[in-house]
Amino acid sequence: MGQTENKLYVSSSPHAHGGISSSRIMWTVSAVLLPAAGWSVYLFGLSALMVILSTVAFCAVFEAISQLMAKKPVSIRDGSAVLTGLILALTLPPGLPIWICGVGAFVAIIVAKAVFGGLGQNPFNPAMTGRVFLLIAFPGPLTRWLVPSGTGETLFNHPVTAYDASGSLVELGANNIDAVTAATPLGLLAENGAHAVAALENSTEIFIGQINGSLGETSGLLILLGGVFLLARRIISWHIPISFLGSVALFAAITNMIDPDHFAGITFHLFTGGVMIGAWFMATDYVTSPMFPGGKIAFGIGCGVLTMVIRLWAGYPEGVSFAVLLMNATVPIIDRYTRPKKFGWKRMAAAAKGGE
Amino acid sequence: MSTATFDGGIHPRYNKDRSSAEKIRPLPAPAQVVIPLSQHIGAPAKACVKKGDDVLMGQTIGEPGGFVSCPVHSSVSGTVLSVEPRPGAMGSPVESVVIENDYAERLAPMEGLGEDWKSATVDQIKAAISSAGIVGMGGATFPTHVKLSPPSDKPIDTLILNGAECEPYLTADHRLMLEHSDRIVTGMKIAAMALGASRLIVAVEENKPDAVEAMRKATVSESADVVPLAVKYPQGAEKQTIDACLRRQVPSGGLPMDVGVVVLNVGTAAAIAAAVIEGRPPLERVVTVTGAAVSKPSNLLVRVGTPIGAAIEECEGDLARTGKLIMGGPMMGFSQFSVEPPVTKGTSGILLLEHKEINLREPDPCIRCGRCLRACPMKLVPTEIAAAALKGTPDQISAADVMDCVECGSCAHECPSRIPLVQQIRLGKAAVNAARQGKG
Repeated sequence: MGQTENKLYVSSSPHAHGGISSSRIMWTVSAVLLPAAGWSVYLFGLSALMVILSTVAFCAVFEAISQLMAKKPVSIRDGSAVLTGLILALTLPPGLPIWICGVGAFVAIIVAKAVFGGLGQNPFNPAMTGRVFLLIAFPGPLTRWLVPSGTGETLFNHPVTAYDASGSLVELGANNIDAVTAATPLGLLAENGAHAVAALENSTEIFIGQINGSLGETSGLLILLGGVFLLARRIISWHIPISFLGSVALFAAITNMIDPDHFAGITFHLFTGGVMIGAWFMATDYVTSPMFPGGKIAFGIGCGVLTMVIRLWAGYPEGVSFAVLLMNATVPIIDRYTRPKKFGWKRMAAAAKGGE
Repeated sequence: MSTATFDGGIHPRYNKDRSSAEKIRPLPAPAQVVIPLSQHIGAPAKACVKKGDDVLMGQTIGEPGGFVSCPVHSSVSGTVLSVEPRPGAMGSPVESVVIENDYAERLAPMEGLGEDWKSATVDQIKAAISSAGIVGMGGATFPTHVKLSPPSDKPIDTLILNGAECEPYLTADHRLMLEHSDRIVTGMKIAAMALGASRLIVAVEENKPDAVEAMRKATVSESADVVPLAVKYPQGAEKQTIDACLRRQVPSGGLPMDVGVVVLNVGTAAAIAAAVIEGRPPLERVVTVTGAAVSKPSNLLVRVGTPIGAAIEECEGDLARTGKLIMGGPMMGFSQFSVEPPVTKGTSGILLLEHKEINLREPDPCIRCGRCLRACPMKLVPTEIAAAALKGTPDQISAADVMDCVECGSCAHECPSRIPLVQQIRLGKAAVNAARQGKG
């Protein structure tokens, strides 16, 4: 007695932990994106698979290089670089040359993250920074949209659809191969107005995702299911996605009501382009979004409104990544003004009155 | 009706099933007791016995060292072996009286008020509580007679008895409510009379329906309300208990008396009853001995001054399997490096965690996930306080509201990056206190 041969660890309380880890969060979010990634491979084949694999691999390698250079422990296993790679890949068009994927990964991991001090220190969403850099530096390859290949035609007994140069909806037969390119629905909208996409407005194609676009933009349904899963597991809260999607929907409803010939409706705007993946997976990035509930709502509304302003009136047909990046810049100030009252301040005045 | 609760908080694994069905049983008194002169918040007691003195069970061996202080009593009869620093629960040695037990159980004369307490004056009751050395038995160990003496400009309308016992693993208060509910209620009535409080509330987490029932039965002829609280940590932290029961928030930097409330632990109430009616100081207390490395988890009635090793042995705790030995609960308890420290008035549990249950991982960077904000029952921003504590000046640390932190550990429990937030916040508090003392 009095002496133990055994080692007893001594530390400050608490001595219990809930068990969640940052890496489990990262890998869970990555896993939740796999169905959407798989769907894009199904639609676009090898041209999608190569973009996904190379972008993820490049991100992991750049993460390792930056950490070795900074003499920090290499933490690829925490999943954060893989998740960045996966999200970046899902914003890129199928068939993008591998070296361009590498440039995007470099900008995302090295320029947007490592330079600022690595995980947790970056003010801007790395994947979004990578995508926007590519969009500005390589506008041609980034807007060359492959049409889904013939493999999709038997799905749900729906024909695969695409648009010809004049903007009319064309059904693709089994003989069509994956070398066809065409404008995205948003591209058509920007160039030709709402009547060009009228056929899509209430179609199941945009909902299920038999349309052309970036890899992760094709299936709004799978992205939505993934997002709801993250919500149910309490990995994300409702504030950002709901305020983002809600403000897009409201904006679309109002503009569509004013001029239906010019402006597309709610379903079109919610399920085309990057709104779904942006609202559930990009704007909700912990590091680059506000921490407090009120701030999250303000951030989500900002993302939604900016997205719609860019879509409807700016030079680019799509604005999600620009909107998220612009809102990233406002996070410190949003956090500053949306801090909740600490315990003992909210009801203090009432208590003082009641005491008299 | 939804159960009463507060904003924030967490749901740790409770692990109370191990010991909650075990009846309280006495642990035989040890051959030697080590009674620290500081078992309470405030000035340490001054020893009033010396080596070689013969002492009786219940005899005062330490006189209070000030108003916010408490006397200390011998828990056995026998001979004083020494008055010297001995290992304490907080890591550093504490001046203690070491007494050899003669096993004669010779009791010191005790003068209680008996059933006459109802006609006693408030001063008589407070004097009985003060001379019995009663402290907050939930673990906070604040001297109870001070708590029962609020300044006259702070009238107390409500007394809350805290039986929440939200710390995981611990079942001492649960058993006490089941087995000694009448004594608890008597103590509550005495305290209410001393305070002049008209409203009486017994707050119990609803995961103890048998305790809620027992307290309802015991208060059936009283004007007290038994309030079941939602099961959430730290439901039993007094500011959160008050918020849950009354929707009153204790102001930042204030005390429960600022909103007209005093909160007493159920164990404290039972001790008040013994002190006032029988004149008996708290010579023993209920301690839950539990954890994965304990074969016979138990609720033991342990003499104050018993080395925790004796209780561990009684419950077949396996120290070879133990990675962490904790006095108190897993959220706010103190880890120990030996089995020497004695059980004191504030020891609610002895917890033996296995090696695999211990977190030895290096922290990852903060990813701003916000889990600590949602967990914090004080609605603070733990990451900002911790960052200020590590890098800021005392003024900056203070501006981050470091002093509002109750160190409940919820933030660190939830942190996916396992950042030792509470430890960092404690460093910040120490820096602020040092700066204030320097200025004062």
